[in-house]
Amino acid sequence: MKILVCVTSVPDTTTKITFTDNNTKLSKAGVTFITGPYDDYALARAVELKEKLGASVTVLNVGGAEAEPVIRKCLAIGADDAIRVNAEPRDAYFVAEQIAAIAKENNYDLILMGRESIDYNGGQVHGIVGEMLGIPSISPVMLLDIDGDTAGPRTAKITREIEGGKEELEAKLPLVLGCQEPIAEWKIPNMRGIMTARTKPLKVVEATSTDVLTDVSGYELPPARGAVKMIKAEEAETLIHLLRTEAKII
Amino acid sequence: MSVLVFAEVENGTLKKSSQEAIFYGAKVAEMMGTSATVIVAGQSDNSALAEAGKYGANKVLHAVDAKLNEPNGMAYATVVAAATQQEGASVIVLAKSSLADAMTARLAGKLKAGLAANVIELPDLSNGFRVKSSIYTGKAFAYNDLKADTKILAIKKNTIIVEETDATATVESFTPALNDADFAVTVKSVEKATSDILLPEADLVVSAGRGLKGPENWGIVEDLAKALGAATACSKPVSDLDWRPHHEHVGQTGIKVSPNLYIAAGISGAIQHLAGVNSSKVIVVINKDPDAPFFKSADYGIVGDVFEVLPRLTKAAQAL
Ligand SMILES: Cc1cc2nc3c(=O)[nH]c(=O)nc-3n(C[C@H](O)[C@H](O)[C@H](O)COP(=O)(O)OP(=O)(O)OC[C@H]3O[C@@H](n4cnc5c(N)ncnc54)[C@H](O)[C@@H]3O)c2cc1C
Ligand SMILES: Nc1ncnc2c1ncn2[C@@H]1O[C@H](COP(=O)(O)O)[C@@H](O)[C@H]1O
Repeated sequence: MKILVCVTSVPDTTTKITFTDNNTKLSKAGVTFITGPYDDYALARAVELKEKLGASVTVLNVGGAEAEPVIRKCLAIGADDAIRVNAEPRDAYFVAEQIAAIAKENNYDLILMGRESIDYNGGQVHGIVGEMLGIPSISPVMLLDIDGDTAGPRTAKITREIEGGKEELEAKLPLVLGCQEPIAEWKIPNMRGIMTARTKPLKVVEATSTDVLTDVSGYELPPARGAVKMIKAEEAETLIHLLRTEAKII
Repeated sequence: MSVLVFAEVENGTLKKSSQEAIFYGAKVAEMMGTSATVIVAGQSDNSALAEAGKYGANKVLHAVDAKLNEPNGMAYATVVAAATQQEGASVIVLAKSSLADAMTARLAGKLKAGLAANVIELPDLSNGFRVKSSIYTGKAFAYNDLKADTKILAIKKNTIIVEETDATATVESFTPALNDADFAVTVKSVEKATSDILLPEADLVVSAGRGLKGPENWGIVEDLAKALGAATACSKPVSDLDWRPHHEHVGQTGIKVSPNLYIAAGISGAIQHLAGVNSSKVIVVINKDPDAPFFKSADYGIVGDVFEVLPRLTKAAQAL
């Protein structure tokens, strides 16, 4: 079985986001970049499936050289090899085109992604890739099992989250999935993994298309909230009154 | 050149988020000097569909086919793509939902469309097609220039305040060609809390964290939610510990909500939690620790014990 895991390199979740260059660029000063938390779930499940069923796991990132520490970390966690498409990820369509082009060459049985990137939060790349490849896309996936039978196309058993609940799904591979917890526990690389990751192949390729359909022209920070109004615990009832008369929301 | 809005019908009426999407779509149509058409797939009463007129749509296309009775993002995307072509629509509006999320990307792929997710304002058409969206999990906004001929906007809850009129929309049936490949995923079972107010749709949310000490104490959270007509939510550790179901978990790695009111009880206010809730209109924080970081992001705060404060609030809410 061949698994492709698509990962993003994104600001750590504790980052206070700020912009530079007249609000046109993310300020990267002092920012730690991490694997997208959802992509980390996808990778962890891919490595588990490899251990359980036997599989090759390839990690793919569309991004500049600054994403390589994140890619190496994925290799240390258990991916076998990696591909970086050397291009600035301009919009979801552009990224999806790069991923689909690589998938067409390599016929993966399973393409695992995060439910959404935590920078743009689009949750779109998996669906566009699915459409481009003409295969189903399912997100957000909470549980994933693949049957061990290798006679025909394997079947995936999937739990997907929906509003206020979940649904159980079944589909034949190949599939594109957007993953979230509790699909697997995040994995931390061990010393041996870190050592072997250094020599695992990381192939850099150039972008195959240039379509950018949505351009970001600028950024903005949310306005600061006004000062907090404190209410004494003994007078908690006042809050309900204020929500009705002052905030007018109940 | 028209605007097409995908709407969902639930329990015999247009979902609240869909009403908002229709109103938004009608406003965009007005700005473009054109009209808004709504597309609904699956079984539904004509009366529910005609209601789309109240929110500004002229016409509703109703795609009926036994195969469309169960919501299916891929098949619905095929339907909407066909309707886009028939109507010559250049803008497609959807309200974010688990169904719409499964459709927008497939649609963008089919139509080679520009796409903005988490849209929070009407577009600015003065120089191309620019729209503001929420990014970095609510920590910032982006201005997106949509350059393709077809544009898809997935709007967040509370993007626009809906105004109703008495108008009704005409309903036409629509029979697009369906694609077998869209039915390759089999739904084995669905588990859904039906009676409760669903979190992503809720105007009011009462949320609680590890400060509640254990799942057996959630009664006081549910009581307040019930008294206010609010949905319940929780922090990540609470769902990790299985005190509450995963679909109630809000934040960076959970559901992102933007209700009118978010009450946080016994939640410290970690940045990853704030990320999912900071676009709420009014935030109330109840915490026994006066230095809890959440107070910095609150509009109203109460320093106190949740086990005393929540029941007092419930009583006061019941007395309204
Ligand atoms: C990558 C990543 C993603 C994450 N994503 C999320 C996410 O999506 N959502 C999320 O919530 N977290 C997320 N987290 C976790 C987050 O960092 C915090 O650990 C979590 O939000 C803390 O939950 P809590 O506030 O319920 O618990 P705690 O931090 O333990 O806070 C409990 C609070 O309750 C108060 N308290 C205790 N007893 C009482 C009482 N009797 N009365 C009143 N107050 C009381 C305490 O003073 C304290 O402030 C994420 C973390 C990481 C690293
Ligand atoms: N630049 C990228 N390189 C590789 N994978 C990506 C990239 N951008 C997005 N993805 C994948 O697509 C998922 C959804 O991203 P998005 O549509 O941006 O929310 C992410 O969780 C990743 O798995």
